[in-house]
Amino acid sequence: MILDGKCPTGPIEKTWDKHRFDMKLVNPANKRKYKILVVGTGLAGASAAASLGELGYNVEAFCYQDSPRRAHSIAAQGGINAGKNYPNDGDSIYRLFYDTIKGGDFRAREADVWRLAQVSNHIIDQCVAQGVPFARDYAGYLDNRSFGGAQVSRTFYARGQTGQQLLLGAYSALSRQIKAGTVKMFPRTEMLDLVVVDGEAKGITIRDLVTGELRCHTGDAVVLCTGGYVNVFYLSTMAMGASVTAIWKAYKKGAFFANPCYTQIHPTCIPQSGDYQSKLTLMSESLRNDGRCWVPKNRGDNRGPNEIPEEDRDYYLERKYPSFGNLAPRDIASRAAKEQCDDGRGVGPGGRGVYLDFRDAIARLGEEMIRERYGNLFEMYERITDENGYKVPMRIYPAPHYSMGGLWVDYNAMSNIPGLFVLGEANFSVHGANRLGASALMQGLADGYFVIPYTAGHYLAQTSPGSVQADHAECRKSIEDVKAENKRLLSIKGTRTVTEFMRELGTLMWNNVGMARSKEGLTETLLKIPSIREEFRQNVKVTGNGAEINQQLENAGRTADFLEFAELLCRDALHRNESCGGHFRVEYQTEDGEALRDDENFCYSAAWEFQGEDKEPELHKEPLKFREVHLAVRSYK
Amino acid sequence: MSGQNEHHTMTLKLIVWRQSTQNGPGRFETYTARNITEHHSFLEMLDVVNEDLIKEGTDPIVFDHDCREGICGVCSQVINGVAHGGQERTTVCQLHMRKFKDGDTIYIEPWRARAFPILKDLMVDRGALDTIIQAGGYTSAHTGGAPDANAIPIPKPDAEYSMDAAECIGCGACVAACPNGAAMLFTGAKVAQLAALPQGQVEAKERALAMIKAMQECGFGNCTNHYECQAACPKDIDVKFIARLNREYLKALIG
Repeated sequence: MILDGKCPTGPIEKTWDKHRFDMKLVNPANKRKYKILVVGTGLAGASAAASLGELGYNVEAFCYQDSPRRAHSIAAQGGINAGKNYPNDGDSIYRLFYDTIKGGDFRAREADVWRLAQVSNHIIDQCVAQGVPFARDYAGYLDNRSFGGAQVSRTFYARGQTGQQLLLGAYSALSRQIKAGTVKMFPRTEMLDLVVVDGEAKGITIRDLVTGELRCHTGDAVVLCTGGYVNVFYLSTMAMGASVTAIWKAYKKGAFFANPCYTQIHPTCIPQSGDYQSKLTLMSESLRNDGRCWVPKNRGDNRGPNEIPEEDRDYYLERKYPSFGNLAPRDIASRAAKEQCDDGRGVGPGGRGVYLDFRDAIARLGEEMIRERYGNLFEMYERITDENGYKVPMRIYPAPHYSMGGLWVDYNAMSNIPGLFVLGEANFSVHGANRLGASALMQGLADGYFVIPYTAGHYLAQTSPGSVQADHAECRKSIEDVKAENKRLLSIKGTRTVTEFMRELGTLMWNNVGMARSKEGLTETLLKIPSIREEFRQNVKVTGNGAEINQQLENAGRTADFLEFAELLCRDALHRNESCGGHFRVEYQTEDGEALRDDENFCYSAAWEFQGEDKEPELHKEPLKFREVHLAVRSYK
Repeated sequence: MSGQNEHHTMTLKLIVWRQSTQNGPGRFETYTARNITEHHSFLEMLDVVNEDLIKEGTDPIVFDHDCREGICGVCSQVINGVAHGGQERTTVCQLHMRKFKDGDTIYIEPWRARAFPILKDLMVDRGALDTIIQAGGYTSAHTGGAPDANAIPIPKPDAEYSMDAAECIGCGACVAACPNGAAMLFTGAKVAQLAALPQGQVEAKERALAMIKAMQECGFGNCTNHYECQAACPKDIDVKFIARLNREYLKALIG
C-alpha cells in the first residue's frame, strides 16, 4: 500500500493556515459530549489534555507515574528552539524549517516540519504567559543560545532544567483543568491495550498500578503521548519506566509503526561503570560549546590525561569536521567517538570513553566563568563519578537517548486507525532520521498546544459521541486478554529475573543495532531475539500476584513487549539499505566514513503493519517529496 | 581515575521498612547487600538486593524510582533517619555507595507524614502535593492568545529569583523532614515563583489563599522555623520562600 500523509498542497507557508480553515469544527455546546482519552502526561500529553479541556471537551488523562509532573520530558536539559529571531542573527521560520529537514537527513515530511516551525514562536509566548522562568538578559528580555550545531541562537532555556520548567508549565495548565473538572486525572495507571470497535479507536484498557484492577475506559478519541522506546537497549538516558508498551499494543491492534530503526544516540553521557548499571546519565551537549573532545593519539597510552602532551592528543572532531568541530550534530559526534574507541584509543574502564576537556576553556575564560555556565553539570558529573571535571577531563560516551521513529500518523497527527492520535516522541512525524538538539521539547508542545486542539475537533465533528460504553463486547474481551497475559506471566515461576532478560536483550541490541549496523549483525540479531523471547516465556520469574502493587509484573509486561518490538526495529534496519541520520549501516558509507543516503530507493517512510503473532509484518511506504528543500548531502565538514 | 578500586566490594546490613498494604501493619526486616562497589548508586544497591530476593522467592522491596538522574522527584527514602540520605543537594537516586563503608548498617524507611499515606513498603501517596497545585499553582493563561514573549520585560533578578523557586522537584522531602509534616517550603516555592513575575500578579491573592487552604485541608502542618526542610531539599530551595508565602498570604488577607 502506498501511504498518504494527506498533507495540504500549495505554497508551504500557507499550508497550515489553509488547513486550519478547511478543518471541521465542533460546536462549543457539543464539545462536552465528546470524551477524549489522553495517555501520558509529558510535554505532549499534559499540553494536549490541558488545551482540550480548556476547549470544553471531556478529558481523561493517564500516567504511570504517581503524578503527571514526573514524566520524562522533565529530564531535558538544554532548551527549546523557536524561530523568533530575537538575537537578530538571521533566523526565521523558514530557516528553522530548513535546518530541521536537513538535520533529519531528508527523511521527514515538509508540511509537518513547516507547521512545527510556524507554531514554535507561539510556544514560547504561551510558556512565558504560564510563568515559565526562562533565562533573561539585563534588559529583561529573553536570552537565547546556540545549541546542537545550529548556526543561529534560537534556543530558549531555563538554566539546565528547561524540560522541567516547560513540563511544570504544562502540568500547571493541566492542574487548572483538573480543578475545573474538565480533565479527570488517573495517575499510577498503565495502558495495556487499545480497544478498536468497527475500525475506530474507542477505548483503552488500563491496569491500576496500586490496586491491580484492570479497567476499560471508553471515549470518542484516544491520544497516545507515551514517549520513546530506546529502553529497548536497556541502558539509556530514559526513565526506568519508559517503555514501548502503549504504542506496541496499538501496533498489534492495527496501527502502523513507522521507521523504528531511527534511534538517536546522544554523544555526551557518562560512561557505564559496571554490570549492575541501571541507566546512563546524559549531560547537556551544551558542554561541547566549551569542552574539546579528544583521545590519545596512540593505542595503549596509559598516562593520565593531564600527562598526555598536546602532540599526543587527537582532537578527532576538530580534525574530521573543521567547520563544526566539537559542535558537530549528535549522530556524527556519537559515531566519531565510537570509531576512536573501536580503534583501541578509548579511555576509562573497558576503553569505552573519550575525554571532554575544559582545560583550554578554563585558561581562556577562567574557572569561574565555566562554573557559571555549567556548574550544575560538573556537580552532577562529580556526584556520579567522584571526579572533578575542572581538574581532570570528563569522560563521556554515547548512549541511547531518543527515538525518531514511532507510530505512523498523517498530517492531522492521526494514525491509520481513525480516532487514534499520536503526539510527541511516540509518533514518527517531524525529526526524520535524526533529531536536532532542543527540538524534542518544541515538538511535544507544538503537538499538544497547537495541533491536536484543531485536528481532534476535525475528526470528532464527523463522529457521534458516546457510541461505545465500557460494557461493549470489545472492552470485555480486551480486559480478558490482559488478565490472561498477566496470569501467564505470574504463573511461569522460572529461574531468571525480568531484569536479567532485559539486560540480555539490551546488550545484544546495543552491540549489533546501536551506533553502527551491518547486514550480518542484524541477521544474527534477528535469529537471537526469538530465542531470548522463548526463554522469557518459559523461564521468567515474577513474584507476587496481580491484585497489588507489583513492580515485577509491570516490568515483565514491558519487557515482553520490548522482546517483540526489538525484532521489528532490526527488521526495519535490515531493510533500509542506506545510512541516514541515526541509522548507520556500515555497508553504506562514503570513503571517509560518512553516512551514504540512497535517495533513489529509500526516500520514503517505512510503515510496518502487524500481521499476527510470529508472522512477518507487511511494509507500507510513504514516499517523501521535497519541493522546498532540495535533497543534498548533509555535510558538516 | 575510577575503576582502580573495583575489586573492593562492600557488604552491608540493611534494615528496611516493609508494609504490604496501605492500612496493614508494617515492620523492619533485615537484609544483606553483597558485592556492592563504590560506583553503585543507592538504588542500584537496592536493585542487587531485590534480584537476590526474587531468586529466593521473596517479594522484592517496593520503592518509587524513575528518572534516576535527580530531576523527576519520585524517589523518596529516609536513610538513617535523613530524607534522601544526607548528602547535600542530592536525591536518593544520585546518592552513591562511596558515601558508605564496608560493614555499615543502613536503616531505610519511607517518607513519614500524615498527608503521605504509605502504599507499600517505601512507596507513599503524594497526591496531596498535586492537590495544592490544583488549588491555584498556575496562571489562568488559556492556550493561544498569549502576547509576544518579549512584550513584558522582566528584570533579570526577578527572573532569577523565580527560577530559584521553580527548581522544586516536588519530591516531598521537605514534608518528610519537617517535625510538623508541613508543606510550606513546597507551597511557598510555587507561590513565590509566580508572585515574582508580572504574569503571576493578576491572581496572586486568590492563589495564596487557595493554596494555603488546600495545604491545611490535606493534613499538612505549619512552619515553626526548624529549617529541616531546606536542609533535606535536594534542590536547596531556600526557606526565604516560606517567608514570601507568609507575606503573600497576609497581603491577600488584608488587601
